[in-house]
Amino acid sequence: MKGVRHYPGFLPLTILCLIVLYAPLAVVAVYSFNASTSITQWGGFSLRWYADVFTGAEAERFGQAAWNSLTIALIAATTATAIATAAALAMIRGGPFRGRQASFALINLPLMVPEIVIAVATLIFFSTIGLTTGYLTILLAHITFCIPFAYLPIAARLEGIEGTYEQAARDLYATRAQAFRLILLPLMMPGVISGWLLAFIISLDDFIITNFVKGAGMETLPTAIFGSVKQGIKPNIMAISTLMLLVSVLFVTAAYLINRKGQKTP
Amino acid sequence: MNRQMSTAVDIRDAVKTYGQVTALQGVSLNIADNEFFTLLGPSGCGKTTLLRLIAGFEEITAGQILLFGQDIARLEPNHRPVNTVFQNYALFPHMSVLDNVAFGLKMKGVDLPSRQKRAGQVLEMVHLSQFADRLPAQLSGGQQQRVALARALAPEPKVLLLDEPLSALDLKLRQAMRVELKQLQEDTGITFIFVTHDQEEALTMSDRIAVMSNGTVQQIGTARDIYEAPVNRFVADFIGETNLLQVDVEANSEDIAIVILPGGHRITCPSASSKTGKHHLSIRPERVTIADTGNLSATVDRVVYLGTDLQVIAHLDDSQTVTIRLQNAARTAPPALGQRISLQLEEGAARLLAD
Repeated sequence: MKGVRHYPGFLPLTILCLIVLYAPLAVVAVYSFNASTSITQWGGFSLRWYADVFTGAEAERFGQAAWNSLTIALIAATTATAIATAAALAMIRGGPFRGRQASFALINLPLMVPEIVIAVATLIFFSTIGLTTGYLTILLAHITFCIPFAYLPIAARLEGIEGTYEQAARDLYATRAQAFRLILLPLMMPGVISGWLLAFIISLDDFIITNFVKGAGMETLPTAIFGSVKQGIKPNIMAISTLMLLVSVLFVTAAYLINRKGQKTP
Repeated sequence: MNRQMSTAVDIRDAVKTYGQVTALQGVSLNIADNEFFTLLGPSGCGKTTLLRLIAGFEEITAGQILLFGQDIARLEPNHRPVNTVFQNYALFPHMSVLDNVAFGLKMKGVDLPSRQKRAGQVLEMVHLSQFADRLPAQLSGGQQQRVALARALAPEPKVLLLDEPLSALDLKLRQAMRVELKQLQEDTGITFIFVTHDQEEALTMSDRIAVMSNGTVQQIGTARDIYEAPVNRFVADFIGETNLLQVDVEANSEDIAIVILPGGHRITCPSASSKTGKHHLSIRPERVTIADTGNLSATVDRVVYLGTDLQVIAHLDDSQTVTIRLQNAARTAPPALGQRISLQLEEGAARLLAD
């Protein structure tokens, strides 16, 4: 049988898809090195917009926003990973229990609910319980929506680990806690790390929910970029976007490599 | 070996149910200290469930498990002085062979130099000293099997549980490991409880065998006992080959019966019950010869050449089928298809079963 590669029109279609996906990114990355102030006309190679990001008029605003984004992503990813790990253990190692099916749906529901709905609902929830919007509300919202993203790779990894490893540890005089710490957790680690990285990236670039619950004066990098773009696109935005892209690519690559390494020694 | 010495494991009315399903229905067993004891049966007979109850991986529904007099049935697995060799070995993939073998000792709180010394000794016992620093994934299946064995033996358990440990190995290796396992059991003096569905494995290694079916023990005995003197149709059929003939029992005591064979001949044979009426007679194919005046007449349907043996399949006058095995060394020519033959049941060929 012929592979899909031999279907007529496969190659042009593939190229078209790749162009639609990556051409805008390439344009942004290339024009971030533009010497001109125009965002459409090439004026030679320069790093001035990168310098502008760190020293220009908006540097302080972007710096604070980047710091907020980074700390929120770190705390949210770590907390969400801990919760997701506990959830995966309960779902996969907890045996059959009432509401198992419902729990599974609840954990994964945020992946299917439109983000704008979550954003509105979260804002209403915070104002109902009287929580002032700001850093804390962003953090809480991020922890919540990061859980399913962290859960998926952790659960997938855990499902691939046979129960006999823990039984063998218990059989060899390990307590429940020792069997978890010395055997199961190291075996789960690749999944836990991928889950953490995924949650980190998701938190770092979230815009919609953050924009709703951030409150006045509080910015993360995506909301700060959006605020800046509203007054017209300047090349410094391209430089910031390229830097964010770089961070994302690094993290995704790390997640991929860690997962692949883990699969070799299941 | 002194069987009367002491009881290592005493299982009393062990019951295990999973919801509506009963996996074990009241099993009682006595396993002597220093014994190689095998639980043998087809898949789903409850043998692995029983082993897991002894190890503590499953909660017992009812009954007691005494280990040297102490009831362990409700203890956590880490509080039971038994160790397990798993079917898939379950070696910790992120630890070296040495760390795997030393794990049990580490959990017991043995200090580093002592446990490394002991782990080294056990690895030597299974001829794997040179692989101590490798990861399990870098070993062959047979080597992993030995590491699993070493890991379970290192903490010096009172009883070693083996859950079909040879089933993943190829035939040659399996045969070699049988001898080695038996040797290891004799050298260490540890009681082995071995689970298998392979009767040859059970017959070659075990001091005693419990044949299980449907969550109950059908018969317990030495290899010779269960082969020569099966109590019921299941055991007779499961262990080796046999012919099950329906016969009329004329007289029956506890251990000897007079039965009327198809064709009218009367024979005296050992019996597993004291009932009369219609019952099954087990006849081992290799204990039947073709004679001039035997006690069964049959017509040959098929002759199968098996190398060392000839298998002759024939039917009796009441249309029941019998299979016999003749040694290929016989000078006489094999019977022809459709030929009338007379079969002589040798001493110990027939045994009356309880069902």
